[in-house]
Amino acid sequence: MSAVLVCDGLHKSFGAVSAAADVSLSFERESVVSLIGANGAGKTTFLNMVTGYLKPDRGSIRFEGRELTGHTPREITGFGICRSFQIPQLFHSLSVRANLLVAEGIAAAERAEEATDEVLERFGLTRYGGQPAALLPEGVRKLLDVALALVARPKVLLLDEPTSGVAADEKYGIMDLVMGAVRGQGVTVLFVEHDMDIVQRYCGRVVAFYDGRVIADGTPQRVLGDAEVRRYVIGEEAHAAA
Amino acid sequence: MNDILAVLFDGVVYSSWLFLMAAGLTLIYGVMKILNIAHGSLYALGGYTAATLAGAWLAAGQAAIGSYAMLVAAAVLVGLVMGPLLERGLLRWMYGRDEVVLLLVTYAAFLILEDAIKLIWGVESMLLPDPYSLPGNFHIGTLAYPVYNLLLIAMAILVGLALAWALFRTRQGKLLLAVIHDREMSAAMGIDVNRVYLVTFTVGSMLAALGGALTAPMIAVSPGIGVEVIVLSFAVVVVGGLGSLGGAAIGALMVGIVRSAAVRYWPEAELFTIYFVMALVLIARPKGLFSAPEARKI
Amino acid sequence: MSRDRTLPALAIACALLLGAAALAPQWLVFLLALALAKGLVVLGLVLLMRTGLVSFGQGLYFGLGAYAAALLSHRAGLADAALMIVAGTVCAAAVAAILGLLLARYREIFFAMLSLAFSMILYGALVRSSALGSTDGFNLHAKAFAGMALAAGLERRVFFAVSVVAMFCVALLLHRYLASHWGRLSAAIRDNELRVEYLGASVYRVVYVNYVAAGALAGMGGAFAALAVGHVDPETAYWTTSGEFVFIAILGGTGNVLAPFLSAAIFEGLRTVANQYAPNVWQMSLGLAMLAIIMFLPGGLWTLLRRRSAA
Repeated sequence: MSAVLVCDGLHKSFGAVSAAADVSLSFERESVVSLIGANGAGKTTFLNMVTGYLKPDRGSIRFEGRELTGHTPREITGFGICRSFQIPQLFHSLSVRANLLVAEGIAAAERAEEATDEVLERFGLTRYGGQPAALLPEGVRKLLDVALALVARPKVLLLDEPTSGVAADEKYGIMDLVMGAVRGQGVTVLFVEHDMDIVQRYCGRVVAFYDGRVIADGTPQRVLGDAEVRRYVIGEEAHAAA
Repeated sequence: MNDILAVLFDGVVYSSWLFLMAAGLTLIYGVMKILNIAHGSLYALGGYTAATLAGAWLAAGQAAIGSYAMLVAAAVLVGLVMGPLLERGLLRWMYGRDEVVLLLVTYAAFLILEDAIKLIWGVESMLLPDPYSLPGNFHIGTLAYPVYNLLLIAMAILVGLALAWALFRTRQGKLLLAVIHDREMSAAMGIDVNRVYLVTFTVGSMLAALGGALTAPMIAVSPGIGVEVIVLSFAVVVVGGLGSLGGAAIGALMVGIVRSAAVRYWPEAELFTIYFVMALVLIARPKGLFSAPEARKI
Repeated sequence: MSRDRTLPALAIACALLLGAAALAPQWLVFLLALALAKGLVVLGLVLLMRTGLVSFGQGLYFGLGAYAAALLSHRAGLADAALMIVAGTVCAAAVAAILGLLLARYREIFFAMLSLAFSMILYGALVRSSALGSTDGFNLHAKAFAGMALAAGLERRVFFAVSVVAMFCVALLLHRYLASHWGRLSAAIRDNELRVEYLGASVYRVVYVNYVAAGALAGMGGAFAALAVGHVDPETAYWTTSGEFVFIAILGGTGNVLAPFLSAAIFEGLRTVANQYAPNVWQMSLGLAMLAIIMFLPGGLWTLLRRRSAA
């Protein structure tokens, strides 16, 4: 088990706002890690720095030994890191099928049509195939967003709030589908999540952010029971029976 | 030395004119996110109305000094009539659509107004030389300049200061700035965004018309004067940064002086230099010199 | 799943037009020739619009194509239409290849205005060039096509026929292109550039290629227009000419490669009528028509055809 993604001393500030303050994290291959924290704690900034959307003020990010900072999102995708988005980033006027065909085409898939059918099947999207992406229900949009990210067979998959905006009874369905799709393929999964039930169920490690810093890092039991995490992330008094 | 002075002075005169056009345009864009191609028609309307009003005034034997007031009155009239007409009557139905669609809508309005002007005033040129020649000339060294040019510069400075004061010192102005910053948030805070739009567009129209009205005594007012103005104003606004008043001023100065130098030393390249400056600025700063920061999209 | 009827429709259109080239009266041949030439320009515009960009400066390449073709006979003494068409296309494509490096970085309003600015630079240069006839321009004569001398009086018909063949080839090529991965990618860029980059494709590359293609098409159109009219002047590069192309593009919509030619023909027809009976309200009518289309038929006239066939 080796570290596939290593972040060292990341700093990022926007004027007076410190979005990342000395963040150092390392992720093992094939691990499933959840990033938690209140809004504005720096989780999405972290994802944005790893994927090249933002350049850290200081620090380094190494993926399989290669330095990522300074590279564009396109190049980083090429290295094998893909992400899904908090607000699904889809091609709204194209059908679900066409959305996936675009991704397959970019990934230079040899039999793009068949590959697309497979993906539709695996994610349960076949019946939405012909619909324009703009008209899909939110849960389906999320699924498509993740499906697009998986087309390129990434080694690291970053999911930004994969179940936010989705009906409570659909959340597990989405996570099951996504996790099922990556199982056994050596993919490292990092997902940002606010729903602690999802966090507990799907990951083996939790990293908690607050004010741009990592305040806890460990197993779900330990982190979710941590006093600071309870104070700054989960909220305490209301959770009498934890 | 004379040469350089001449270039500078000509440049500043031209810049003043450019600023009047650019100020309204950049204001409208900043608040409403609309690049108003009909700005050119409003300029033409200002010129025609000024020629008509001031012409009638002078023809009725009234005091010559009043003709200047007529020029300004013409601009205000055009602004007060055309502003609400265009904003309420046309643009209001298009809000929320793509920026380029709105651009095309203002382009359509421009086409309609061009012919409307022809229908109202005919195709003959109108001349209004008196306000221009009346104050006579003044001298810088051996060069003689019409005093009218000084009036133009003074007007531009006055308008610039007035706008700056109105935007940054008055309550109404601050509301405008808020809407420029974030329309949805402003509306959520209770700002009557529709009214802000109306006021902005009306003021912008007045400024365009003022540009036309003040230019009327210097040219032959005829169909098509609004056409080239549009492209020039855009160049200035883009250089300065869409939505920035200070940018419009600096952009106007840059373009005006460069163009003046070109006219003096290399006349064939006049238009080229203006757009060359624009291209250079955009390469260095893709959003113009003073552009608003953008929020993160993902 | 409807059958793709574009190829048969194209073939039929070409057959009809070739018939017109042979048999129709001179004024109709002229009108159609001009319509086809403009249709080529608009086809390029439609490609750009599919990518999410509206160019307000295709007049640059239209003018370049026209003048390049005309200069060939005027200066180089080469009065062969085939050479002229190639010259116009290549010249425009070359300039597009250079300008595209810069313009492919811009979007929305900046792209529209920068493209407009460059066309105005050409306009300014042409107007101030007395060697090129400044605002009057100059005439061009083509006496041969691909080496074959043409009988006097037949030239325009031959050029028109050639443009019909060009339309067929170009439209078919573009149709295939739009249905291919790159065509889909162009639409994806229009919808969400960011995601395209995040999927690993270079948006800049696609935009650049599309831009150069559009420039080449406009140059080809310019050459054909010059041949049809027999005259070139700076108006070809003026921003109102570019605006006309945008209008025709909106009129037809971006739904099909045939739409630009159809709407160009309608446009030329209307313009001929308007010039005859109501020249002073032509711009106003254009403006009103544009507003009507934007408000009620945002997909252009083509959506009318689509709706009828789907019903």
